[in-house]
Amino acid sequence: MLNQSLSKKRKSFEVLMKALMAVSVGLTAALVLFLLVYVLMRGIPNITWELLSSKPSYLTERIGILPDILNTVYIVLATLLLVLPLGVGAAIYLTEYASNKKVVGIIEYAAETLSGIPSIIYGLVGMLLFSNSMGTCLMAGALTLVIMNLPTIMRTTQESLKTVPQSYREGAFGLGAGKWRVVRTVVLPGCVDGVITGCILSVGRILGESAALLFTAGFAHAVNGLIDGLAAPGATLTVALYVYAKEQGEFGVAFAIAAILMVLTVLINFAASLVQKYFAKRRSL
Amino acid sequence: MSNIITVKDMCLWYGEHQALKNVNIEIPEKSITAFIGPSGCGKSTFLKTLNRMNDLIPGVKITGDICYEGTDIFAKDVDVNNLRKEIGMVFQKPNPFPMSIYDNIAYGPRTHGITNKMQLDDIVERALRDAAIWDEVKDRLKKNALGMSGGQQQRLCIARALAVQPKILLMDEPTSALDPISTSRIEELVTELKEKYTIVMVTHNMQQAVRVSDYTAFFLLGELVEFSKTDDIFSQPQDKRTEDYITGRFG
Repeated sequence: MLNQSLSKKRKSFEVLMKALMAVSVGLTAALVLFLLVYVLMRGIPNITWELLSSKPSYLTERIGILPDILNTVYIVLATLLLVLPLGVGAAIYLTEYASNKKVVGIIEYAAETLSGIPSIIYGLVGMLLFSNSMGTCLMAGALTLVIMNLPTIMRTTQESLKTVPQSYREGAFGLGAGKWRVVRTVVLPGCVDGVITGCILSVGRILGESAALLFTAGFAHAVNGLIDGLAAPGATLTVALYVYAKEQGEFGVAFAIAAILMVLTVLINFAASLVQKYFAKRRSL
Repeated sequence: MSNIITVKDMCLWYGEHQALKNVNIEIPEKSITAFIGPSGCGKSTFLKTLNRMNDLIPGVKITGDICYEGTDIFAKDVDVNNLRKEIGMVFQKPNPFPMSIYDNIAYGPRTHGITNKMQLDDIVERALRDAAIWDEVKDRLKKNALGMSGGQQQRLCIARALAVQPKILLMDEPTSALDPISTSRIEELVTELKEKYTIVMVTHNMQQAVRVSDYTAFFLLGELVEFSKTDDIFSQPQDKRTEDYITGRFG
């Protein structure tokens, strides 16, 4: 005779657990959806061509975020331009050249720790290190972001260097190629996807960064060219969002910026997965 | 026939572990020498020492002399890249680069400074013809080499090694990852190549050693037990251990 009461108990326990997990999923999905819909609903009606294409003026009380858009583009460009050679170079050295595995381990550990530090600390250090010497400007902000993103670029590049088969290196060495030629012709082409993924992740991080830039890049809303812009203080989109919401009470503008940033983030994640798919396909050829 | 490589009292350690013990051997020019022996006997390690591929492995220590055409390959003024140009290598698993067939073959010549398009075209064709694969690939030189079959890839790797015009070709179990038909094509090819090149090959397959090689060296536990003409070693081995191995009593 089967034990009816025990199997009943088991069954109801199963149902209960399943229900609890379903509730968790429901809550998570609802929160994300709510955030998305709420921001988009409040933001999109406020996005006008005038907002995107003009600069703010206290005289006419007009608000425009063109300078903030430009500043964001400048800071992304400047940061990537500096962080790429540094990060990729460090990754190549650590994986291909360095022979002392202990030191490599310590550096990797330090990089990992560095990427977990709250960004406001980078801001504080950046202010003392860069803004104090060159003044509050986009370049000081970019340099701060370079330090912040260095571990990301370095680690993603390293990970993808490790996926390049050792047999490629052996084949090239066997033909009499020197170290640098092996790295340049066989190893680097194999890790392009890692570098691109690192870049995309970094762009996402730069777009979303505000704390580190509050200290270093300033709040100005002037339209500048690239070079002048880097030398002048300026707010990026996220910083502008903070300023408009917190100091001017312009929630419409703040939500418009938020909606723009959110769409950009989605696009960036989409681009990252596209790149990964493209290279996975090429590799499996 | 003169000897192209002379090895005297060579020992090799991986850290604390001694992988090769007092190896003495003279490898004759323009012939095929086969290294046989059970797994872990040091035959591959020894092969890789001949063009200093072991340099890439940390913790390797080598004593003794290896002379290639009379020069000590470990001498300070020897450029290891030039040494590997002279002593090429084909690996156990076909390892074409993920680029076009043409670029694979041209990789070596380009490495050594040849950039002239006509000259490269010429070298690529000659190398592919020498490796008996020209007819199969001449219409798709721009296609990615990774799209070829395993046997074709291995012949491509042989062509790639030939393109830098080495004197010696080291082959580390070149057919162990291939099917029987590809294997026999490679064996045929190797027999043709010995007219121009000295070939040293590691093989797990004793029939293969009998079929293709002129000389055979038997390694056991890091020692070179016996080295002589292939016909002699398989018909009247001098050492009891060789006899036991080739008659299949262990290994």
